[in-house]
Amino acid sequence: MMIPVIAYYVIFHYAPMYGAVIAFKEYTPIKGIIGSEWVGLRHFQDFFGSYYFWRILKNTVIISLYALCFEFPMPIILAILINELRNRKFQRFVQTVTYMPYFISLIVICGMIKDFTNSGGIINTLFTYLGFDDKAMLQKPEMFRSIYILSEIWQKIGWESIIYIAALMSIDQEQYEAARIDGASRWKQIWNITLPGILPTIVIMFILRMGNMLNVGFEKIILLYNPSTYDTADVISSFVYRKGLLEFGWSYSSAVGLFNSVINLTLLILANKISRRVSENSLW
Amino acid sequence: MTTRYGAGDWIFTILVHTVLILLVIVTLYPLLYVIFASLSDAGQLISHKGLLMKPLGFSLDAYKSVFDNPAILKGYRNTLFILVCGVTLNLLVTSLGAYVLSRKNVLWNKVFIFVIVLTMFFSGGLIPLYLVVKGVGLIDSLWATIIPFTVNTFNLIIMRTAFQAVPESLEESAKMDGANHFTILFKIIIPLSMPVIAVMILYYSVEKWNGWFYASIFLKDRELFPLQLILREILIANNTDTMSSGAAAAEQFQIGETIKYATIMVASVPILVLYPFVQKYFVKGVMIGAVKG
Repeated sequence: MMIPVIAYYVIFHYAPMYGAVIAFKEYTPIKGIIGSEWVGLRHFQDFFGSYYFWRILKNTVIISLYALCFEFPMPIILAILINELRNRKFQRFVQTVTYMPYFISLIVICGMIKDFTNSGGIINTLFTYLGFDDKAMLQKPEMFRSIYILSEIWQKIGWESIIYIAALMSIDQEQYEAARIDGASRWKQIWNITLPGILPTIVIMFILRMGNMLNVGFEKIILLYNPSTYDTADVISSFVYRKGLLEFGWSYSSAVGLFNSVINLTLLILANKISRRVSENSLW
Repeated sequence: MTTRYGAGDWIFTILVHTVLILLVIVTLYPLLYVIFASLSDAGQLISHKGLLMKPLGFSLDAYKSVFDNPAILKGYRNTLFILVCGVTLNLLVTSLGAYVLSRKNVLWNKVFIFVIVLTMFFSGGLIPLYLVVKGVGLIDSLWATIIPFTVNTFNLIIMRTAFQAVPESLEESAKMDGANHFTILFKIIIPLSMPVIAVMILYYSVEKWNGWFYASIFLKDRELFPLQLILREILIANNTDTMSSGAAAAEQFQIGETIKYATIMVASVPILVLYPFVQKYFVKGVMIGAVKG
């Protein structure tokens, strides 16, 4: 029964891991992976020495940090707010509505973003009421990251709050009653009961996030960016995509991808270690 | 228990409601805008600026052009093929894996789990995956968007945890009656795990319905493009020419706007219709998934 599963993992997960050795070779399709010549770390050196290295590293780190600071806490706040509602119907309504954008495809979302932020689009028109110029926002390098993060929050806040809502449901209700008898205000109850109650979940989600730190959602980036915004928008994975699949620099691009994977794994292990020491929560 | 609210609590309650109502408006309005715009009269929409509170005029022309477009229909057909074959294969193989991994007496169980979970955190990368798919001869076949994604590791873990919750005694009594592993899995475990199966169907369906990236790198033949890739041409590359051919240039430009919104509707409504039915299982599904593998 396990054979299909094993075959799948070997072919589509472990074979590509082996295939990653082309990062150390000069791969040409005719010679194949085994026949191609070893070139050692040359592709890595080329990459670290190139003009693009600092640009894409900087963009990747900045966008990831923005996501960590602004996108990560939002679902937690939403879950707590939903939990404070006493009216069940309204609670469900808010949940249903906020989950919805998650089911809309990225292509459609990006199409909407493009249209709404375009010159004459609704977001732009609203901005002109506030005294800003009407301009195609996606052509402006300085606005790319904000558009990226805000639309991420818009699409995912509801969906990502589910896990915290699940955690909130398992908090013992008696604690709240005891707190109420002691006269604790709702703020105090959140601070002293709700937050500590979901802290383990927050920590786990945080560690997982660290492991994906450099995997900025590049599908969205390659749909939204254009040469005029490469300066702020191009990240490691969009660079890998462009160099590898559009310009056929297979070995070079694999080296960049491998660099990305290794950093991710290191960050994950580090975050897990720190968390185990500080809060006794860890993935393993 | 009756609770007496102090002034601070009232302010708090009002604040919570205000924030959530604002959030609902911000989430819902863009979607309403798309609905209104798709039903609007093309000429009126193009000269309008700012918010729409209802369709401007009323016209179904945009929907007509969408459904008259052979590319969209072909895209729909390809997507349906990927969805039906893909999700069937996904469920079949994922449940086999989950079943084996959920049994405690399996040899090498811990090793399998480690080997599988590792793939969530480390991968060979995009180019090596492309080379493998090319190597097994799937390029330019719809199966390229199905077979390399047979099992989603996260879903496998969720399913495994759900299967573990099925009492072992049931399984043992079935074994005494001479049931083999397939009978146990399909006649006992799966029927008892319907909530998680429902969630899996939804997760995998969304993945298939909305997927475009791998289709865009594995498929070169336009005849094979799933709906999302056709949408990309219309929405991202802004190319509606094929749909309004024959009309004069100015008219083409006008109807192009409404066609965009109509295609958004046509591509999003099916999946949005599906999710409320499974919604009540989400929290359960996520809770199971959150348990460490």
